[in-house]
Amino acid sequence: MAVKRQPNKTPISEQDPKVRIHNFNEVALGYTPEEAMQEAQRCITCPTKPCVSGCPVHIDIPTFIKHIKEGDFQGAIDTIKLYNNLPAVCGRVCPQENQCEAQCVVAKIPGFEPVAIGRLERFVADWEAEHGELKLPEIKEKKGKKVAVVGAGPSGLTAAADLAKLGYDVTIFEAFHKAGGVLVYGIPEFRLPKKIVEREVEYIKRLGVKIETNVVVGKTIPVDEILKEYDAIFIGVGAGAPKFIGIPGTNLNGVYSASEFLTRVNLMKAYKFPEYDTPITIGKKVAVVGAGNTAMDAARTALRVGAEKVMIVYRRTEKEMPARLEEYHHAVEEGIEFHWLRQPVEYVGDENGHVIGIKCAVMELGEPDADGRRRPKPTGEYEFIEADMIIEAIGQQAQRILLDEFPQLKRNKKGYIEADLETGATSVKGVFAGGDIVTGAATVIEAMGAGKKAAKAIDRYLSGEWNPWE
Amino acid sequence: MPHKILKKQKLAHLVHDFVIEAPRIAEHAKPGHFIVIRLHEKGERIPLTIADTYPEEGAFRMIVRAVGKTTYELCAMKEGDEILDVVGPLGKPSEIENYGKVLLIGGGVGIATLHPIAKALKEAGNEITTVLGGRSAEYVIMQEEFKKFGDIVITTDDGSLGMKGVVTDAMEYLVKEKGINFDIAWAVGPTIMMKFAALKGKELGIPKMWVSLNPIMVDGTGMCGACRVSVGGEIKFACVDGPEFDGYQVEWDELIRRLKQYREKEEEAFKKFLEKAGDLSWL
Repeated sequence: MAVKRQPNKTPISEQDPKVRIHNFNEVALGYTPEEAMQEAQRCITCPTKPCVSGCPVHIDIPTFIKHIKEGDFQGAIDTIKLYNNLPAVCGRVCPQENQCEAQCVVAKIPGFEPVAIGRLERFVADWEAEHGELKLPEIKEKKGKKVAVVGAGPSGLTAAADLAKLGYDVTIFEAFHKAGGVLVYGIPEFRLPKKIVEREVEYIKRLGVKIETNVVVGKTIPVDEILKEYDAIFIGVGAGAPKFIGIPGTNLNGVYSASEFLTRVNLMKAYKFPEYDTPITIGKKVAVVGAGNTAMDAARTALRVGAEKVMIVYRRTEKEMPARLEEYHHAVEEGIEFHWLRQPVEYVGDENGHVIGIKCAVMELGEPDADGRRRPKPTGEYEFIEADMIIEAIGQQAQRILLDEFPQLKRNKKGYIEADLETGATSVKGVFAGGDIVTGAATVIEAMGAGKKAAKAIDRYLSGEWNPWE
Repeated sequence: MPHKILKKQKLAHLVHDFVIEAPRIAEHAKPGHFIVIRLHEKGERIPLTIADTYPEEGAFRMIVRAVGKTTYELCAMKEGDEILDVVGPLGKPSEIENYGKVLLIGGGVGIATLHPIAKALKEAGNEITTVLGGRSAEYVIMQEEFKKFGDIVITTDDGSLGMKGVVTDAMEYLVKEKGINFDIAWAVGPTIMMKFAALKGKELGIPKMWVSLNPIMVDGTGMCGACRVSVGGEIKFACVDGPEFDGYQVEWDELIRRLKQYREKEEEAFKKFLEKAGDLSWL
């Protein structure tokens, strides 16, 4: 079969930047069946399948792509679901360029891009949602054992789904009024429509998982009670607590954490105020401090809720920026301004205590640090950036409530739970943990990978095959 | 799971007393804890305080004053209606021990917040004196309850009940004229009242005064930082580090300023609500 292979990924249609900055609809519109089949042809079904090892949940990528090639979309989604409970989410928010697609053999051909694995995964997940019934996988016979999952984010939902499939009675306790964790409070609608998250959560409920919202474990139900009532516990409370640089002026009006800004807009739907009750006061000139994915999300959200000008202020340069390239490109297309090599040292306010700008130290790049990125150092010069709203997006830290109420649980130096990375086993018998609360802020798919590993380990522990606490 | 309003009673114009079904909160709430509610799918999350708990009935009591859209909507609800989300108990509990002579200062619906704290302090063996302040007689709530814990002194702005004046006048009277040497104090009420109570407490030489702060919150679980306050020069989150703090260390003016952050939006939402709500003079 002589098919001429296209060197580039089949393009995905996107909303025009000029239009999309005024709405919250999804930016990338997804493949048509024809486009998906055309893109699937680019996969050479190589025997070594390095893409699979690049995937934290080891999806059998060549097989699902083969099904797409043949037009068997149901076969493709069935294959994915053997490994991944949230494909419509992962197809959209995974950093494929560092994972499966980074390993793709096609990209080793000079001038060729990897197969668009992420776009294909998204396509079949959306296809399934549009075409008929969601198929439920085989659910094993009930084991008569109870597992509590704390936190309904990516790791908790994954662990719960896998355990339910294995026949356990699983209850997820979620502190917010809605399940999804960062998928509902953090990632904006235009990157991950909340309807899709709801659909995936619904699927997990249909597997038999019980989800109790508005339960703050440690407060609403004390830790001791959970320990007594359940045979095993998985903790996936994430790293959602905001960090502030802590410079003078942090408590001025108009200074936000990205967590607050995004929670107001995403979870509470402040962009629909006053139809929804939660307000957001948007500045004319908004400065977002930091250049990770959260910073890009905050900047692009600020634009959509009506800011006239949005700037990213970052102490290093474009090269060291932690955001995904795709997010950065989208931000550039939408007109976000980038101020590189600027380290905020003070937020300046007016006589009413409202922020009017940032005093920044002008930086330059010095020697590489531990992770190989060149470290910024001050030049001694300063610059003032005018802004009437500041959003700090410099990273998150461990969610504290549960940890404060669970002192027996061993933590590492950074305050995260000490857990075995292969099994999730913690210092307390029967208690497992995974996701950001173990690793610190990472990706959705890595958290899901941790949830999967922990589900397997919990199964081995509860069937009496293995006990690391003996 | 929605939470039913089991009982509701009007205490004064715009001040309503609720008993809400919430077995887990009833069982686990300690004095000083608070809750966050969301009335309906389009509602905002707001923090409220707990006035009492009834573990056997699986319910707790809260007293709310209607001040903006959400609290008006809540106060307009009836017995049997349901609140969509109630989460808690949140925050750190009060530090209850036998201190000796304790002064409690409550203003407005802050009096309700003070109630479980007073109850626990009484049980711990403290000698309690309470100052209850309100705009006028009808706003001085829970007088009977507080009489059970010890002496009470009432102040009203208009002199319709008790001393004419504000809570700081009563503090001065208790310390200077009655000569009571308090070992510790709690003040709960409007932010401006707590600020002046703290200033007065310090001036009168009361060794320590706890205040219960009510800044703007979103999640109430340490996830957003909306509620940050400066205490002793450090940034604290009221939802997880508080809501009680050392009143002598709080930067009051910053807190008062931060409480006004959404003033315009709040007014906009409230105006829109009132246009549709019809006659609310009965509230």
